[in-house]
Amino acid sequence: MATSERKNDPRIDPATGEYRVVAPGQTFKSVTDKITQIVLRPDTPLGWFALFTAAGGIVMILMVALTWLFLKGTGIWAITQPVAWGFAIINFVWWIGIGHAGTLISAILLLFKQSWRNSISRFAEAMTIFAVVCAGMFPLIHVGRPWLGYWLFPYPNSMTVWPQFRSPLLWDVFAVSTYATISVVFWYVGMVPDFGTFRDHAHSKAGQYFYGLLSLGWRGSVRHWMRYETASLLLSGLATPLVLSVHTVISFDFAVAVLPGWHTTIFPPYFVAGAIYSGFAMVLTLAIPLRKFYHLEGMVTDRHIDNMGKVMLATGFIVAYGYGMEAFMAWYSASHWEAFMFWNRAFGPMGWSYWVLITCNLAIPLTTLWSRKLRTSMAFMFFISIVVNTGMWFERFVIVVTSLYRDFLPSSWGTYRATKWDYAVYVGTLGLFTFLFLLFVRFLPMIPMNEIRILLPGAKITPKATAKAGD
Amino acid sequence: MPPREGTYGLLAEFDSPSDLVRAARQARQDGWRRLDCYTPYPVEEAAEAIGFHRNKVPLLTLVGGLMGLAAMFSLETWISVLAYPLNIGGRPTYSWPAFIIPAYEWTILWAGLSAAFGMFALNGLPSLYHPLFNAPNFRSGATSDKFFLCLEALDPKFDLVESRAYLETLDPVSVVEVPY
Repeated sequence: MATSERKNDPRIDPATGEYRVVAPGQTFKSVTDKITQIVLRPDTPLGWFALFTAAGGIVMILMVALTWLFLKGTGIWAITQPVAWGFAIINFVWWIGIGHAGTLISAILLLFKQSWRNSISRFAEAMTIFAVVCAGMFPLIHVGRPWLGYWLFPYPNSMTVWPQFRSPLLWDVFAVSTYATISVVFWYVGMVPDFGTFRDHAHSKAGQYFYGLLSLGWRGSVRHWMRYETASLLLSGLATPLVLSVHTVISFDFAVAVLPGWHTTIFPPYFVAGAIYSGFAMVLTLAIPLRKFYHLEGMVTDRHIDNMGKVMLATGFIVAYGYGMEAFMAWYSASHWEAFMFWNRAFGPMGWSYWVLITCNLAIPLTTLWSRKLRTSMAFMFFISIVVNTGMWFERFVIVVTSLYRDFLPSSWGTYRATKWDYAVYVGTLGLFTFLFLLFVRFLPMIPMNEIRILLPGAKITPKATAKAGD
Repeated sequence: MPPREGTYGLLAEFDSPSDLVRAARQARQDGWRRLDCYTPYPVEEAAEAIGFHRNKVPLLTLVGGLMGLAAMFSLETWISVLAYPLNIGGRPTYSWPAFIIPAYEWTILWAGLSAAFGMFALNGLPSLYHPLFNAPNFRSGATSDKFFLCLEALDPKFDLVESRAYLETLDPVSVVEVPY
């Protein structure tokens, strides 16, 4: 884009030459009114009801699929020998990965003082929690007897049996449960001051009670704020190694096994980068329609979409490095099994899935995301976000299925064909995610008002301010 | 809590954070110690102006994290070595490298919970009632766009008439009395 053309663009901040983080003309009051309006308005937009009904319908599909699963057992899924891990683990890894971008935005970017993340951090965190809800369901339902799911945890019992701490599957239990807990706590702590704002702006008695209880009596004392800031910073500092460890531990589920295609040291960084890649895609999938629907262009600006495109470009290349290294090691290891596995992955009967993955994760996004024009085109970014989410789902599919279906012994080769119940559970979790997210958008502050206020020009402390300078 | 009567303090309202910080600095300089600022977002300068520099949240977090680490690592060791030793591929029962991962997760879990709940506890929250909510202009502004300085009646310098006159010299938008 030519420089002169960009200079006159009102969306560009002349001081930095970047897109603005907050549109000009926003004040403390306008930000508060805008966000509280979305939640505290007495009428709910019809579009919300339409989506909520649709999402609720899909949740019903999930309920039916789970009921049938609990009645019949995991035999209704396509898992068998040799592919004993199917959609359940694919969806688990995919959902957890999506969740990671939320933590990345809220924690890692906070530590790096990337203040542009302030306006998208809240719904990215919400996305994390709902993604973890969907992800956490899969290990529970795939154990076959989900009512005994608590056996995963160490607790004193009359059988005097204890879990086996040398297994990555048990590490997973602790990684994911810690991740879920810390994400919820971080999310809630972040919302407490905004609940205070809602309490003070709610007109209905019910709203005042509801948000009053949730706000815990927050009154904005600066002493409280300072402890709050310390706690937020510490939680970010803790969430950062946590998010990296969670996907690392999940990759151990594969990498600790001796199977060609799984037994590789590239998995932890490659899984984490892939998680962030797909997570940012999901943030875009949610942010682009949301900002349009609720007219939030002043707070979720082109800068956010642009920056997320850049993060996706960077993590996409790490993922590309991971794919390249897998191919390289298949040759360089001189292992017959590795080489066959790789050949079979790309050119075997299920090779189509590998090429879907390469197209969706590398060919389309990594060639187009270089262009700023495309990165700030909402239609294109929405399209890319769907493409990458699809690609990342196929990445997990490729890792799980194409490593398993033709193993060491040709007589045990098989294939994998998902049943309608596999699809029903997967589509059902998409519905559940949307359902929860719609509830969040309707009842909770989806943009952190207190963090946006910090970014406003009025928040600047001037040493010799005149008494009536205003904002 | 026993019912209290009288005045909690005097509340001065300001339009901008700069005015608040200036007023808070002045009040602190003039010897006020029982005072607090109320802002819709964290204003670090205001905290420093009233002499609030350090807090105990980091210490609580550290202690919590270490407790989590110790709890999980000893649990794993006790289970694997004493309570339920299993031979898994001939690995030693005390496989400490494998124990690091759950212990690491629990360090973060306990540290994070200590940071969050410790912060609320130190702040005295939840406390759904506070006298400040009685002030007519507090709830309409303190959580959205106004900045408040409160001189509390517990300060030895406090006098309902004189302190009000003093606050007026700091150029507030308004000064109101906050009853209990």
